[in-house]
Amino acid sequence: MSARAHTVVVLLDTPGSALRSPAKELLTLARPLGGVVAVALAEPSAQVVAEASELGAERLLVVDPAGDVALTPVVAEALAVAVRAVGADVALLTSSFQNKEAAALLAHELGAGLVVDARPDLVEGRVLATKRVFAGSWDVVSEASSDQVVLTVRANETVAEPVGQPVPLTPEHLSATPSPRATAAALVSRTVHPVSADARPALAEAAIVVAGGRGTLGDFAPVHDLADALGAAVGATRDAVDEGWVEHDAQIGQTGVTIAPRVYIGAGISGAPHHRGGMQASGTIITVNSDPEAPLVEISDLAVVGDLADVLPQAAAAIREHLAERGR
Amino acid sequence: MRIVVPVKFVPDIQSDRRFGADGRVERSAADGTLNELDENAIEAALRLVEALEAAEQETSEVVVVTVGPAEADLALRKAYQLGAHRALRVTDAALAGSDYFATARVLAAAVRAAGEVDLVIGGMAALDGLGSVVPALLAAELGWPQLLLARRLDVTDGVASVTRELDGVTEELTAPLPAVVSVTDHVNTPRYPNFALIMAARTKEIQVLSLADLGIEPATVGDAGARTRVVTAAPRPPREPAVVHVDDGEGGLALATYLIDNRLV
Repeated sequence: MSARAHTVVVLLDTPGSALRSPAKELLTLARPLGGVVAVALAEPSAQVVAEASELGAERLLVVDPAGDVALTPVVAEALAVAVRAVGADVALLTSSFQNKEAAALLAHELGAGLVVDARPDLVEGRVLATKRVFAGSWDVVSEASSDQVVLTVRANETVAEPVGQPVPLTPEHLSATPSPRATAAALVSRTVHPVSADARPALAEAAIVVAGGRGTLGDFAPVHDLADALGAAVGATRDAVDEGWVEHDAQIGQTGVTIAPRVYIGAGISGAPHHRGGMQASGTIITVNSDPEAPLVEISDLAVVGDLADVLPQAAAAIREHLAERGR
Repeated sequence: MRIVVPVKFVPDIQSDRRFGADGRVERSAADGTLNELDENAIEAALRLVEALEAAEQETSEVVVVTVGPAEADLALRKAYQLGAHRALRVTDAALAGSDYFATARVLAAAVRAAGEVDLVIGGMAALDGLGSVVPALLAAELGWPQLLLARRLDVTDGVASVTRELDGVTEELTAPLPAVVSVTDHVNTPRYPNFALIMAARTKEIQVLSLADLGIEPATVGDAGARTRVVTAAPRPPREPAVVHVDDGEGGLALATYLIDNRLV
């Protein structure tokens, strides 16, 4: 890609209500690259328009997809309309499984390069994409040789920050015309999983995750206790999901959610490769396990050898006490 | 019914995976295996064929295809052990360094080379790159509808139906065949190979195709055609060994203190 100024399209995932932290982080990452154009595929709420402005978007495009956005080819084609309308050379999407499909199809449509799960940076005018691969053990920096590039970006790559001088935004409306292939699959039903009343942060976004595995023996109460004390999300291994101890949404791992929180605490988790692949890039890794030889210890910063049913509640109580004192 | 399952020969995730000085993943036979998620795809394909009436089963087949070097035969032979009927490998020096788009294009050409195909079933991702995008690109290249990340797959009267499990949402989708499906590891438990199939797999024919056979220009694939290039690839320094605290009644306090002292709370 040339070293000229870039125009960056950023997809806003939940335009109807409020922006979630990954979308805010995405806008923050987009700003250093060039001019930011936020794109919504449904009418944005007033709050979202304000948030996009505060986070540095200079334009806000609303594209009517003229199709169900549950169909990722429909999303890709709507984004292509936006990219072409503003002459964007960079497109950023948050990294959900749906968005990865949409990003790939958008890149296919545009003839653009694609980097999945990377952080974009501007280096000497070039957009470079940095990602961690092989279960977080290697850092790879890539660059597009094509004129345009599409990236998906994971949560927690940066901390969202508002701009000093926001530009007031007025939504501009466009329409897409989905192709026959895009609408060839039919959505028969869509069920949103009920969010737990405790309102914990989403696993994919949380800065702190407490995860439980086989060692919980089915009792996730200590995991919940510590998660609540820390304001953390709750995760689990595939075994725990298969046993029915937690819902599939909590599964960390290559076919579940891949996370890289600031703090990961794994309790009763041996650390099989599939699980490790889903969390190895976490900032600080803490293991609580009765087995000091558990593979997870190899990649941990702290290992507490003991019974999680004793350790986690004691830690939770100490955290609560500390936070109460700090609040004074 | 003809079902094509694209498979990938990947470095064993438990092995020491690395990049070479040329910025490409090192792929040697020694530490390579059939991508684990492709076993679920092969199993799904076999079950669909096995559910057919005997007469239709006779004329049905599961064809595995791969794009890779000769070492990738290891993946194809594993597929034979599981029960796949036919295997195609696309091999060409010009393919080295192919990106997602070239891979999908070549796979699409291989699908067409397999004959009249009703369904493509792939694993949801390869466990080396974890891009999880090739199935969508393959559907786009073929111009077929896509039903991806399926944890349930049924085919009835020329229509494929899936349950798609996403983060926080479950969707049911259908599409008329031919279609591209990708499956997760929750869709089934792959069978163990039986002795007869293991023996037969050793010598079963693998058809090898070149880019010329598929009518694909070398300059449009591989390093030459890639839309992205690796600028640097470096191993991260290994973590310092863990601080180990053996719980003596104060393990929880040690955990809390660690978090507090490191300003993680």
